[in-house]
Amino acid sequence: MAIDKETVSYVAHLARIRLSERELDLLSRQLEDIVNFIDKLKEIDILAVKPTSHVLPIKNLFREDKPTKSLNINEVLNNAPSQRDSFFVVPKIIE
Amino acid sequence: MNLNELTAHQLLEMIRDRQVSQLDVLDSLRRRIEQVEPQIRAYVRLEGRGDILGCIDTSVDGFESSELRGIPVSIKDNICTRGYNTECCSRILQGFRPPYHATVVKKLIDAGAYVMQIKNNMDEFAFGSSTENSCFGPTRNPWDLERVVGGSSGGCAAAIAADEAVVALGSDTGGSIRQPASFCGVVGLKPTYGRVSRFGLIAFASSLDQIGPITKDVQDAALLLKIIAGYDPLDSTSVDMPVPDYTQALINDIKHIKIGVPQEYFIEGIDEQVREITLQAIEKLRQLGAQVYDISLPHTEYAVPVYYIIATAEASSNLARFDGVQYGIRSTDQNPGIDNKIIQMYKTTRGEGFGDEVKRRVILGTFALSYGYYEAYYLRAQKVRTMIREDFERAFNTVDCIVTPTSPSVAFKIGEKIQNPLQMYLSDIFTISANLAGIPAISLPCGFTDKGLPVGLQILARGFNEEMLFRVAYTYEQNTEWHLRKPEINGIPACNRS
Repeated sequence: MAIDKETVSYVAHLARIRLSERELDLLSRQLEDIVNFIDKLKEIDILAVKPTSHVLPIKNLFREDKPTKSLNINEVLNNAPSQRDSFFVVPKIIE
Repeated sequence: MNLNELTAHQLLEMIRDRQVSQLDVLDSLRRRIEQVEPQIRAYVRLEGRGDILGCIDTSVDGFESSELRGIPVSIKDNICTRGYNTECCSRILQGFRPPYHATVVKKLIDAGAYVMQIKNNMDEFAFGSSTENSCFGPTRNPWDLERVVGGSSGGCAAAIAADEAVVALGSDTGGSIRQPASFCGVVGLKPTYGRVSRFGLIAFASSLDQIGPITKDVQDAALLLKIIAGYDPLDSTSVDMPVPDYTQALINDIKHIKIGVPQEYFIEGIDEQVREITLQAIEKLRQLGAQVYDISLPHTEYAVPVYYIIATAEASSNLARFDGVQYGIRSTDQNPGIDNKIIQMYKTTRGEGFGDEVKRRVILGTFALSYGYYEAYYLRAQKVRTMIREDFERAFNTVDCIVTPTSPSVAFKIGEKIQNPLQMYLSDIFTISANLAGIPAISLPCGFTDKGLPVGLQILARGFNEEMLFRVAYTYEQNTEWHLRKPEINGIPACNRS
């Protein structure tokens, strides 16, 4: 399968990553190689096989809805590039 | 004999007998790090630190009766240590100081360990097989400074091989503990999926990641696993099963143990000396009383493509949290585009903060999950994953464990594969299946090539049967001397362990 620059550019938009022109060129070529290699999986008959999402026989584990101690808010916010009062600050969302 | 060259169990005995103190051990490590670190670079962010190791407080209650009594443990840069930088060797997490300890770190501290504040180098976000993808630059192999250490837990393996650490904790998603252990001539264990809590391990691929020990011998690996294993309410994928005393599994006897040798692991393309040395190790196991059988794991050749769909898909989702809001860096680039301001901030932050391999995998994973490709790639990969699991289930109906080379090659040259991602991916060909099947696997040294480079032997067993790995690995180790060899680093003489 051919992977063109438009596809990579669209997927990069979905993944929220800005790429330079040079990166777009390089990634299109590398992804094409990788996808062609991965296409090897198309040679197997998988019709009757169930998918494995993980190997443990567990599903939807819930804990009791009980309040527990939270992290120290200052320690948490100290890691943020921008914070005010008890909040993370982000660029304006509604223009 | 320098203390830094000893294993944890040897040091514990000496500390118990009051021949040495914990502070002597730390001093010895400090000197060794100062001596070889400029060449090896197993640790990151050492620059500008006054005292690289800090100090052990031996006066706390219960310290003298604790299990680890101040034994220093070195930690990979993706395992959270409260208050100390944990950056996954990525620009995007620069300055991140976790507000909590990973459960494994907490367990080590509770057992009396001294958790080192300086962390081990790794491929950025554990994406890689050579530690060349670190934003801090590569770690160099103690056996040959021109060669890679393997990856992604390369800093841990190098620190152990160069005696800059006593024991270390790494993480393994497709071989990231075992392959560097093999390249550096040390022991590395990936436990069963669910055996060890991953709370506080910065996630790469959640259905594959496990934390495990990298050590100088098998006994230390058992000692460490016993401490870090067990159920944790903070990780719902950890399994509520009793933790055996793994040191009891260190039995020097493998009579009547059935060992399977899969033909698919001795294919064309494998290094001739690696093949020879692995076959000699299998012959040694037979001489020690094991019964050796040829077996088949027919879907082995599909493991790499399955892995690179599933691991990248899960990674693309896990790495969405690095967006310049809660931690790490935020781009100040105000370049106007068609997006609104916050989308623009996400894109520039991630564009500047992620390295090449991270971008490549996040984009590949996003592609595999995107509309129109989900069934053709992701769902298909999950189905082939089932077939790989079933291969192992069938094999373990007839054998107790499986023995293979850990890697198809020895440590390659720095720069040799970095321009060719696909070639790099193929270096994980023998380790990936254990993660896909969720089973435990260990790598231990089994010989050296004529260039003096270590070769690793991989042993795999049924889920939650780490005891089988320890027994077979321990027996091999007790009857060989490969694990006692030490590298000579750039003219700095090596001392052989007694």
